[in-house]
Amino acid sequence: MSWRMWLPLMVFFGFLGLAAYQLTQPKDEAIKSTMVGKELPYFTLPPASLERPGVDSRYFHDGKPKLLNIWASWCLPCIAEAPQLEQLKEQGADIVGVAIRDKPTDVMRFLSQNGNPYSRIGRDDLSEVQLGIGSSGVPETFVINGEGIITYQHIGDIRPEHVPVLLEELRKAGG
Amino acid sequence: MIAEIGLAALWLAAALAVLQLLGGVLTLRGGTTSDIAALTRPAAIMQGGLVAVSFASLLYVFAITDLSVKLVAMNSHTLKPLIFKLSGAWGNHEGSMLLWVTVMALAGALIAGIERRLPEKTMQATLAAQGFVALGFYAFLLLSSNPFERLAQPAAEGLGLNPLLQDIGLALHPPTLYFGYVGLSVAFSFAVGALVTKQVTPDFARAMRPWILGAWVFLTLGITAGSYWAYYELGWGGYWFWDPVENASLMPWLAATALLHSASVLASRDALRVWTIMLGVVAFSMSMLGTFLVRSGILTSVHAFAVDPERGSFILFLLALYIGGALLLFALRAGSISEGERFSVASREGALVVNNVMLSAILAVVLLGTLYPLLTEAFDVRVSVGPPYFNPVGAVFAFPMLAVMAVGPLLRWRQDGFGRLTKELALVGALVLSSLVLFALLFGMALLPLLGISLSIALAVASFLPLKGRKLRRVPIETWGMVIAHFGIAVALFGMASESAFSTERLAALEEGQTTQVGPWEVRLQAVEPVAGPNWTAIAGRMTVAYGEGEPITIAPQSRNFWAPPQQTTESVLVTRWNGQLYAVMGEESTDGRWQLRLWWKPFVTFIWYGGMLIALGGVLALIGRVRKDLKRRYVTRKLAERRVEMENLT
Repeated sequence: MSWRMWLPLMVFFGFLGLAAYQLTQPKDEAIKSTMVGKELPYFTLPPASLERPGVDSRYFHDGKPKLLNIWASWCLPCIAEAPQLEQLKEQGADIVGVAIRDKPTDVMRFLSQNGNPYSRIGRDDLSEVQLGIGSSGVPETFVINGEGIITYQHIGDIRPEHVPVLLEELRKAGG
Repeated sequence: MIAEIGLAALWLAAALAVLQLLGGVLTLRGGTTSDIAALTRPAAIMQGGLVAVSFASLLYVFAITDLSVKLVAMNSHTLKPLIFKLSGAWGNHEGSMLLWVTVMALAGALIAGIERRLPEKTMQATLAAQGFVALGFYAFLLLSSNPFERLAQPAAEGLGLNPLLQDIGLALHPPTLYFGYVGLSVAFSFAVGALVTKQVTPDFARAMRPWILGAWVFLTLGITAGSYWAYYELGWGGYWFWDPVENASLMPWLAATALLHSASVLASRDALRVWTIMLGVVAFSMSMLGTFLVRSGILTSVHAFAVDPERGSFILFLLALYIGGALLLFALRAGSISEGERFSVASREGALVVNNVMLSAILAVVLLGTLYPLLTEAFDVRVSVGPPYFNPVGAVFAFPMLAVMAVGPLLRWRQDGFGRLTKELALVGALVLSSLVLFALLFGMALLPLLGISLSIALAVASFLPLKGRKLRRVPIETWGMVIAHFGIAVALFGMASESAFSTERLAALEEGQTTQVGPWEVRLQAVEPVAGPNWTAIAGRMTVAYGEGEPITIAPQSRNFWAPPQQTTESVLVTRWNGQLYAVMGEESTDGRWQLRLWWKPFVTFIWYGGMLIALGGVLALIGRVRKDLKRRYVTRKLAERRVEMENLT
């Protein structure tokens, strides 16, 4: 019996193992931003509501770390993460909002229903800032240190267990 | 009621598959004279009938739009035209699996009914393998995807009125590929049967060959149609993207092509025994692998399929069972199968071995490229493998193979010398060299298209050389099949090389009334008009296009704006002539009031699909030739037997 006759079976087992492994792996749909570790791009956004000012990228250079929350009034997970944002704010986080493709009336209705944890809210009608910082969905939350460098990206809504993680990231970023 | 009949027939068919498997296995252990041996063939034939009843029931509930059947409610609608109601029956997972087992069971019934060449033991083993494979698919259908499931509350109306899916191409493309896959499953069963009984004989190759040919014709048609559909209907602007789903249909084709050639060596010369068995297993593995990759969603593809990891696991399980089992059997048995007849390098067999090695190498290249992302993802690296890998690496093996293909059919079996073919070799060589020089000087083409075009010209001429010096009316029909299929390869290659070498693109900014040229076409922008649709508005550029001095044709590509969701799309227009296609896309208005147009002239791109059709035609002719020969042989054997009986009666 020649060992060569076993070769096809060996190769096939290799494939089976690989395929079985990949099938059990959760398909990771989140796309990591390549901007983590880099500086925020320059931008100026007009205010998205009457209650808060707009956002300018220079605001992130005041030496204090901040959270940059990408959200929208039309996004359901954003409602789910509102209490956690409120909690983060109570723990002293400065949260800057960027509303994606939104209308001021909708933004204000959303904030009156779900609370307003933001110090500033910019209006990003063309997703320019969103794309510029490498976010591919809503909601996403970024940690920006005092020099305007993106240090951490959280994809999806913030669940209660993520709050300490984000606080820790803020502390690491120098808060 | 009809749905229940369909389900009952399916269960009964599954039970008969068990009988078929047991009958075959017990016969192998006990001997062909046992009672159970007599049951195997009838079980296979009955099974074919029952599954046909089951599939007919499914067609019926779709035809009358029985909305109490879940599958109908999910995938059909009372207002659909009848043809799309019917095609809706297999345009979904459950129905397509039922179509698969239907074709498979009918094929099983056919071999059980008519195949008498092989030793009875081999036949029993083949039918047992066929029953075993079918059983897995029955289990899949009955346990996890019952097409006849009823709703507790019948739906008021069906959900399937998506106009995009009402396309005759979409209705026919998947079953065409399925016929190909199932044909390869029959070849697989034959290979397993021959392996179990160690009867790897020319008769085995002859019995298997029509099935390979049939499968190969369907795969060729399926790939050709799919490529044209992607190009024309979807307006993707290319005929092949090396997308995993496309590769999934190409890999079985490559394996089937190799198998076809090695089976013909085995049939004529009793050589390449072990290799043919291996290819029989590999060809069906590629069909299953393709189904697995497409349905499990394990690889990301531009083709959106309803993917389901659970179904993926099931197919992977079947894949492990069948292919793992067959390869294990191969490892245990193949060593004891003798090598078969020997032959010299310069012989028909030698050329066919080169063909086989090269095809297998291309298959390995495609397989590796397709699975590579799966491998790197295990190490958390995302890559996508595309044309920069497939084109040159595939070409490294394809070009030598095509060169051998030009002369291989001229060689004699067993032993030949190239001395006898000096004239032919010189002709082919001269054609390649002269077109190389000519095209390099005239057009300054890139290397791959240059080689492709030169080879295609030489090959087109060489493919007819086997007819030289023969009386055309006496050439066997299967030889015509080979000549036409080889010529088809040359035609398709010419189309591909031309598409990449001669396509001209023109970006023009025109005012209304102005003209521009692209290739031999004159394009005049007549007017730019707004058009409104149900949920979009568009700018349409009405233009007249004329090929050379020919009659102008009016076309109107659009730039569409949808408002919910806000999206901009372009509706391109294709003008097809026999010798190529003009492709026009409307762009934006520039600041000075002119309109941007993108125009392509792709000469001879149509040859790719002419080639595909010629290849399939060649396969059909070969199939007709083989079947006719077989019928004739049967007739002669029967007459001989009758004669013998008469002689005995006389004495």
